[in-house]
Amino acid sequence: MSLEDNYLITVGLEVHTELRTKTKLFCGCANEFGAEPNTNTCPVCLGLPGSLPVVNRKAVEYAMRIGTALNCEIKHSVFHRKNYFYPDMPKDYQVTQYDEPTCINGYIELPITGKVVNIVRAHIEEDTGKSTHIGTSGRITGADYSLVDYNRSGIPLVEIVSAPDMVSGEEAREYVSELRSILVATGATDGKMEEGSLRVDANVSVRKVGTDELGTRCEIKNLNSLRSLVRAITYEARRQMEIVDGGGKVTQETRHWNEDLGRTSSLRSKEEAYDYRYFPEPDLSPLDPSVEEIEAIKANLGALPPKRRAALVELVGDSPSKSEIEQIQTVINFDLDDLIFAGIEKGVPAKLSLARCANEVAGLITGLDESYLVPSEKLLEVLVKESLGELTPTQSKAVLARVVADRAIDVAALIAELGFVASSSDEMDSLVGEIIAESPSEWERYLSGEDQLAGFFVGKAMKKSGGKANGKLVSKSLNDRRSQIQG
Amino acid sequence: MSDAQFVEMSAVDIAAGVRSGAFSAVEVVTAHLKQIESYDHEVKAFVTQMSDRALEAARAVDEKRARGEELGALAGVPVALKDNMAYRGVETTCSSKILRGWIPPYTATVVERLEAAGAIAIGKTNLDEFAMGSSTENSAFFPTRNPIDLNRVPGGSSGGSAASVAARFAPIAIGSDTGGSIRQPASLCGVVGVKPTYGLVSRYGLIAFASSLDQIGPFARSVEDSSLVLDVISGHDERDSTSLSGRSYDHQASDGGIEGLRVGVITEMMDGLSDSVNKALAQAIESLRSMGALVDEVSVPAAKFGLTAYYLIAPAEASSNLARFDGVRYGLRVEGKDMNETYELTRGQGFGPEVKRRIMLGTYALSAGYYDALYGKAQKVRTLIANDFDAAYSNYDVLISATSPTVAFEFNAKSDPLSMYMSDVCTIPSNLAGHPAMSVPFAGDEDGLPIGIQVLAPSFGESVMFKVASALEAAAKYRAVPQWASTEK
Repeated sequence: MSLEDNYLITVGLEVHTELRTKTKLFCGCANEFGAEPNTNTCPVCLGLPGSLPVVNRKAVEYAMRIGTALNCEIKHSVFHRKNYFYPDMPKDYQVTQYDEPTCINGYIELPITGKVVNIVRAHIEEDTGKSTHIGTSGRITGADYSLVDYNRSGIPLVEIVSAPDMVSGEEAREYVSELRSILVATGATDGKMEEGSLRVDANVSVRKVGTDELGTRCEIKNLNSLRSLVRAITYEARRQMEIVDGGGKVTQETRHWNEDLGRTSSLRSKEEAYDYRYFPEPDLSPLDPSVEEIEAIKANLGALPPKRRAALVELVGDSPSKSEIEQIQTVINFDLDDLIFAGIEKGVPAKLSLARCANEVAGLITGLDESYLVPSEKLLEVLVKESLGELTPTQSKAVLARVVADRAIDVAALIAELGFVASSSDEMDSLVGEIIAESPSEWERYLSGEDQLAGFFVGKAMKKSGGKANGKLVSKSLNDRRSQIQG
Repeated sequence: MSDAQFVEMSAVDIAAGVRSGAFSAVEVVTAHLKQIESYDHEVKAFVTQMSDRALEAARAVDEKRARGEELGALAGVPVALKDNMAYRGVETTCSSKILRGWIPPYTATVVERLEAAGAIAIGKTNLDEFAMGSSTENSAFFPTRNPIDLNRVPGGSSGGSAASVAARFAPIAIGSDTGGSIRQPASLCGVVGVKPTYGLVSRYGLIAFASSLDQIGPFARSVEDSSLVLDVISGHDERDSTSLSGRSYDHQASDGGIEGLRVGVITEMMDGLSDSVNKALAQAIESLRSMGALVDEVSVPAAKFGLTAYYLIAPAEASSNLARFDGVRYGLRVEGKDMNETYELTRGQGFGPEVKRRIMLGTYALSAGYYDALYGKAQKVRTLIANDFDAAYSNYDVLISATSPTVAFEFNAKSDPLSMYMSDVCTIPSNLAGHPAMSVPFAGDEDGLPIGIQVLAPSFGESVMFKVASALEAAAKYRAVPQWASTEK
């Protein structure tokens, strides 16, 4: 029996998500990623003496949308100051929410395992600036000097705290992935982990199988991708198991995940933990959303991933395969479900459009500008042609790539330009006629039932057409001719 | 019109004269700049003088008039600004070494409103470092002297602003009041000082000491002038979330007599007054009665806990507000071997002893395990104080007390912090309650040192407060005169 068999893992996650408001949480500076350092700043987000915060109403609305989508109660809430010194925090306190957060007591259901993960709270807070430590360590300790970019200072965040309901790195990944798609669907965030709009801290503990009391936990910081999340949790759980198994005790502490080394290391112990001296932020009034406001947010939320997923599952059939469930997840993450429903109207099988959307289109639009609009009509035109056999799967994929790259492109003209026009059934049929005339003995054998000779004709057709023939149409033509002859 | 006449003139008269063209803003400003040149080396009210800018602004007002444009309510009126208000392009220090050299890239809302009304900023005045103190001796640069008696303190923390009005450097000045920092120096310098209702005046651009208590207000040599300035600076500001929408103060509303008004004398503030102050309070009561007011003693029981609650809440907020002075972005920076040492050296050398004391007090009050017993309890006391005041106001239109238990004291007379804190025992409760209160000069002691009477009112009760203050002003037989003017006589 391995060590892992003797221990249970408990994971709780704190997910920070940046809200996609036009301006920051407490001032009018632009909320954008990638601007020249320290250009999106003003007296307020630089914390200059005498400046005061004013709450961005849109940020509060987004937080309430998130809470509603996570089945939370929306409450009267109070901003607090969290006091600690750090150079990228211009006021040396962070404005956040403490014992009265905007959203409490929610849950989400994981799509693959069906497990329910409880949400303890979701609260609003401001982001800090971004430090870059110059020197070999890459951390502030031992750095030659540090650079600070305050563009991120004051960007609105919602921190979503889960209950310690997950039992593995994989389950944590599934939670974050589902959470991310719900967050994106609310319109409150773009969910881009690679740009830091979604950041995860993980609380991990282990206990022996057969015991109830949770072990001492460690909090892992700096998990910036789903891959890091799984690796870090797996590593940390194993580390704790080894300590406990060796008769030792896990020390409660904050640990840093080093992606390159693939391991966690101590950042600060419980004794070194900050006393944040929280107290109500005197420069801001409490938030007191009315019942009407809360109801309006509920009403305007639209269909969320769980509901959309159920609709797609129904299209695919009774018991979708694991890969189909994953495809459905991707389609929802990329907001492509309308395309699949539109395809059904035009006779495109759900499984075909699901596969193309999840495996091709999603990949193609990854990394494109946020404002990119998917050319649904044109993509649908391609899928229709493929379902009618006018394009081979290979051709269809090539055309989809070009259509995504150039939204203005004319699909028919593109197919002509690529030479895929040769694939029309009439042309294939006359091509087959030519080949039959050239190969009478093979044709006789085919007619007498040697089906494997279809491959010979497809090969010939490919050769004659310079690779542009449609194998499916060639086979269809052969079959049609034989049926006609044999009545 | 002579320079001597200009420096004695009220803001109301200056604005009227400039608007009518009886004299120019440049003449007014020049006269005040000369007064500063003659006497500020003795008073030391200013940390930074703004003479060139002031003359330029005065010329702009005169040109505006020449073009036939409408002039504001404070056209050509010089104003001194406490040096904890941001002014774009002008060094703003809070009288602290840690901010020396800091030039704000923006201007406080109050200052913008004053300038929009035609007022002319002539300088930034000295204060107890970060507004923490009651004598202006805690300025990191130099103490300011009381113009009425140069051997005594002007009070604080807005000592420079109070002194500049008393010294005729400006007819009006702006201060901030967290626990009495406008009213107490007004009392000690023989001028009018007003702390408005919390939220009536925008705090945007005021460098915070204790955010939930700080309020900006005017100094003047007459109640009418102070009322006019409050009219100009009050009103909602979208940049300050605690400024109340739909609320501003109307200068015109404070006219009228006090016959039949119910005035309560706060019992808890009658203890510990010096003889001369006690006598002045008794005279004030008599005067109000003789003008037809109904004056009684009234108890505001929780007020006696004000000082204790204040010295938990104000330092707690200050410990957080002053965290940003860390040497990373602006002001003083003393390099250490690493980040923590840089913080320690910068703050260790940049802050004076009183500021450090309060940061430590406040940090302690907010610490895990102490919060409920200290900060939490102080907040409850605060609610009790507001409730007790409200109960008193159900029977009284205004309340009165002495502003300060004593007249202006000599330098270094209160080296023990606690005895200094006692200077604000009568003024602190209004800040905790968020209510308006003002000091009006009413009497002089046997040495001619000024004594102010405090008039307190419920939230947004400024009109009735000014009415009663005007009555006291009319009844007063005393007028504070600078030491050099009285000795010349």
